[in-house]
Amino acid sequence: MSNHDYRPKSKVGQWFNDRLPLLTLANHLTDYPTPKNLNYWWTFGGILTFCLITQIITGLTLAMHYIAHADMAFESVEHIMRDVNYGWLIRYIHANGASMFFLAVYIHIFRSLFYGSYKAPREIIWIIGIIIYLLMMAAAFMGYVLPWGQMSFWGATVITNLFSAIPLVGEGIVTWLWGGYSVDNPTLTRFFTLHYLIPFLILGLVVLHIWALHVPGNNNPVGIDIKKPSKDTVPFHPYIVIKDGFALLMFMIVFAFFVFYSPNILGHADNYIEANPMVTPAHIVPEWYLLPFYAILRSVPDKLLGVVAMLSAILILAVLPWLDTSKIRSAVFRPLYKQFYWILVADVLILGYVGAMPAEGLYLLIARVATAYYFLHFLVILPVLGFKEKTLPVPLSITEPVLGGSPNLATARKKESKIE
Amino acid sequence: MSEKKTKRRDFLFTATTAVGAVGAAAVVWPMIDQMNPDASVKALASTEVDVSALTPGNTLTVLWRGKPVFIRRRTQEEIDEARKVKMEDLIHPEKDEDRAKNPEWLVMLGVCTHLGCVPLNDKGDYNGWFCPCHGSHYDTSGRIRKGPAPLNMEVPKYEFVNANTIKIG
Repeated sequence: MSNHDYRPKSKVGQWFNDRLPLLTLANHLTDYPTPKNLNYWWTFGGILTFCLITQIITGLTLAMHYIAHADMAFESVEHIMRDVNYGWLIRYIHANGASMFFLAVYIHIFRSLFYGSYKAPREIIWIIGIIIYLLMMAAAFMGYVLPWGQMSFWGATVITNLFSAIPLVGEGIVTWLWGGYSVDNPTLTRFFTLHYLIPFLILGLVVLHIWALHVPGNNNPVGIDIKKPSKDTVPFHPYIVIKDGFALLMFMIVFAFFVFYSPNILGHADNYIEANPMVTPAHIVPEWYLLPFYAILRSVPDKLLGVVAMLSAILILAVLPWLDTSKIRSAVFRPLYKQFYWILVADVLILGYVGAMPAEGLYLLIARVATAYYFLHFLVILPVLGFKEKTLPVPLSITEPVLGGSPNLATARKKESKIE
Repeated sequence: MSEKKTKRRDFLFTATTAVGAVGAAAVVWPMIDQMNPDASVKALASTEVDVSALTPGNTLTVLWRGKPVFIRRRTQEEIDEARKVKMEDLIHPEKDEDRAKNPEWLVMLGVCTHLGCVPLNDKGDYNGWFCPCHGSHYDTSGRIRKGPAPLNMEVPKYEFVNANTIKIG
């Protein structure tokens, strides 16, 4: 950790810091020693913070114009789009911001999977991350209900009905969630309240996530423990701040492309039809970021087991640090795991694709195979791999492979011997 | 072992915790129960429908408690088809005679028992209903025959007030 005997330079600063050590905290954050080999996959933490703040600010401004009532919600959203000054911009940033948030969080999660960032001593960081991810899904789902279009209404109906799969108390829980006998005005008002609340819960968890990160410090592409501060680290400011800032700019270009050039491409046309409890749209599909789990739900022909499979697919991630038995973190030194990693990436993408297709024929078959493989990866392949895999030699420091010009020590040694 | 003897302090500690827990539960329950259907929602519990215009082979859909209710005036073929099905072939065995007391009229919630979508009329492999969301097939008695739904479409409480009017709820 950074030095604790930090003293502010100015008299006023010292007076304030003795009473509330905020400046010590700021000093810790700027001096925070960071591994010097962090690549661009490590910039998504900062990008996600940006996404959260963007969603909170645009959300607050939208809430000033939105009316949470079943008779007026749809019109109030159109009012925002047509009448409110820059309402279209704020709403498109908020709606596409949700997609951008999930895009970034998926990259962040898969970076963690590749470099083994979830392993000891970072399990708590990882579990807090999974809770944040769950809350994000809840917030996104409830936010999607608010415009009160056809997809809002029927999405809400299908998702809340998942709870009816619980034996005995299921129906009672669903009625309680709805505040009635179907999704209706009481459901809308409570979803609005919770949609407003959850981002602030996420904000609190982000603080814990970063706090827990700052205890062991960042993992790095080589995945070894490093001394801090040392030759292997650089201060967070300015090195990481500049790198994060540049990556954020690149990300914002993608973000702006969606907002300004194709703001509706990630949505569904059906949601521009006002909610109608008498007619279900021909093809109900959740937002793209929930599709893999939707595919898992539909691939099981039993209602309760389908719901259990879908929830397990998410919750299995929470116990990942104990399912992966390998002591080596980074996939760079795990030749077999690296291949299984990419198969998992492909598997999740396939699940996402079939989740968007009708659940029949070949699509259903593919969904079933992909679902089985998903669980196989976590429950069988990862635990066994830790014992069977022959890993490559891991360098002793970050500097060693960097000077050799390759993250792979064997190659680095070869190069060095050639130079000699 | 004199330390193990219950002291006044232990008694007070247990009593305080117990009273505190009861008090907390008494405060939490109203917070939970406020989310259950309120009096105004419950007040809309029944609705009357005029079915005089409905001809055989057609379905009328009405809204009851925010949910669609199918009122189907069945043709003789549909009734025969529903009544000749063997109980062993059903996922959720129910006799058509029990579901439609007056065989010509089938009244049921138009809500798929899987995840609550509204099934489509005259569709599916059993000439009854088909749910577009996750592919459940229902027969001419609204019974689940194929797909992920676990139960038949629910028959609500209803009665004929007179020859032309059905009261649901």
